[in-house]
Amino acid sequence: MKERSKKVKGKSEEGRFFPFPFFLLPSAVSRRLSPTGNKGDAIFHLAISATSVIVVLIVIAMIVALASHATLSIRQFGFSFLTSREWDPIKGHFGSLAFIYGTIVSSLIALFISVPLSLGIAIFLVEQAPPVISRPITFLVELLAAIPSVVYGLWGIFVLAPFLRLHVEPLLARWFGWLPLFQGPITGIGLLTGGIILAIMVTPIISAVGRDVLAAVPRTQREAALALGATKWESTRVVLVNGAPGIAGAVILGLGRALGETMAVTMVIGNRPQISASLFQPSYTLASVIANEFTEATADIYLSSLVELGLILFLVTFVVNAVARLLVWRVTRGTLGAAA
Amino acid sequence: MISLSRADRTRRTVSGVMTTLTALCTFLAVGILIVILSYIAMRGISALTFRFLFDTPRPVGEGGGIGNAIVGSAVLLALSSVIGIPVGIATGIYLSEFGAGMFASAVRFLVDTLTGIPSIVTGVFVYAVIVLRMSHFSGFAGGIALALITIPIVTRTTEEMIRLVPHSLREGALALGAPQWRVTLGVILPAAASGIATGAMLAVARVSGETAPLLFTAFGSRFFPRNLNEPIASLTVQIYNYAISPYDEWHAQAWAATLVLMALILSINIIVRFLTRKRFS
Repeated sequence: MKERSKKVKGKSEEGRFFPFPFFLLPSAVSRRLSPTGNKGDAIFHLAISATSVIVVLIVIAMIVALASHATLSIRQFGFSFLTSREWDPIKGHFGSLAFIYGTIVSSLIALFISVPLSLGIAIFLVEQAPPVISRPITFLVELLAAIPSVVYGLWGIFVLAPFLRLHVEPLLARWFGWLPLFQGPITGIGLLTGGIILAIMVTPIISAVGRDVLAAVPRTQREAALALGATKWESTRVVLVNGAPGIAGAVILGLGRALGETMAVTMVIGNRPQISASLFQPSYTLASVIANEFTEATADIYLSSLVELGLILFLVTFVVNAVARLLVWRVTRGTLGAAA
Repeated sequence: MISLSRADRTRRTVSGVMTTLTALCTFLAVGILIVILSYIAMRGISALTFRFLFDTPRPVGEGGGIGNAIVGSAVLLALSSVIGIPVGIATGIYLSEFGAGMFASAVRFLVDTLTGIPSIVTGVFVYAVIVLRMSHFSGFAGGIALALITIPIVTRTTEEMIRLVPHSLREGALALGAPQWRVTLGVILPAAASGIATGAMLAVARVSGETAPLLFTAFGSRFFPRNLNEPIASLTVQIYNYAISPYDEWHAQAWAATLVLMALILSINIIVRFLTRKRFS
């Protein structure tokens, strides 16, 4: 052992402390892994890289496993899986259009409510509130993200849905009833309730990333605007324009979360696979149908179709998240704490 | 005092109105939080009894409790932490210490996207890889599913916490002739340890609320867990099953179980907040 470590010039002492077998690594390899040629460094680098390979393997395994279990359904239905709205486990016909519709519309309702709200929060916390106020409030807003999905669902069923049925939906029907969006029977369970629950759940995410983005816009932008005589709001607008790509990223990140959110939506959206213009009507999302029917799926083709829904969800959220990260990174690179 | 022109007055009014609006947005969000938490507290306390915490579920009308679900959740969390936290910390060290190359950028990107993958998809994946192969639901599968969610969270916080360690500490150790691995393990890691620990606690808090990945991996059970090879109960799945049931008594139990779950999650969050207050202020 001693002779081995003497080959590495001037680094003989670490052999006494380090129990790993140095001789397994040829010095040519260790020099590539560590610029100083220290074998301990080389082994450390190798071991820690090997662990991080696990993350890569998990993602690859996910894609392979989902794709291989979805093959049966992909072969049988092909592209019509995406365009057919028929979901009939008894006859064995599976099409996901109704679920895709429910997922997209509930997420859009969520963004419609949550984006202005979250932007308001981010602007208030970064641009307007003094630290004494903004610090505790930041914590409280982030606590919204700590509440589990199933708890939102419980609250949604027993508090939000009755409230909407009794107080909000009748008013919407009276004022905007001429729109097809707000027609039909009022039950409190449906797309609108699902969208509102989602809005509450994505608000802490969008506002947290939005806050990071605004904080990353250089101070000089604000100072220049104020020095030219701009009001507080006018200087905020300058900041918003500078941070626009990052804010877009924050919104898309929220969209990704809304698309895949399962429990809360499942509990309040009504779980009926239909495409209806009315937001009062029950609907169904990709994640909800997986949650509800996965344990009931006995036929191979039924299970395979459900896995294909999961694969669609995986690919869509993967792309949405990648785009979002890229946009956020464009604004916040160089500053710490970019990711939510 | 210079008298303001009409245009200037409008500009100031707009500014004031917008400031008020953003403040209203913020207080609306905080208001929703308070409303949700107070509903949980009110409805939960009225159904919470001492016996409820230790009993197993019973048919409607006979009471019953969530003792097995509490134990089951604890087992699942322990399993997911044992698997997920070491892998997450190691990956975080890798990203912060060797994070410059192409491969490291790919790992960082994958970690970020892994955070965004819906947890139900993680459940489907674990079902396909473990449950189908073992041909039954198991606590083991549930723990793996939760570990997959733990890893990216712990990785991100570990990387950020190590970045917060002052450069001078690293440079000092290197200047004394220590090799890089000893600097990382002996100097940097202890300096970042409390931050990494709070990150791991937050990950546990986040994972303890997960339901979707457990529905068809750990599945649920009416009994206390005996081994990891059989279906196992969890607080969240119990809350879900009771919430969507048609019985008022089970609804009340769902609120009480939620109170227990939220007490755990909120106390972790508040402790973490208290521990990290000095670091970030």
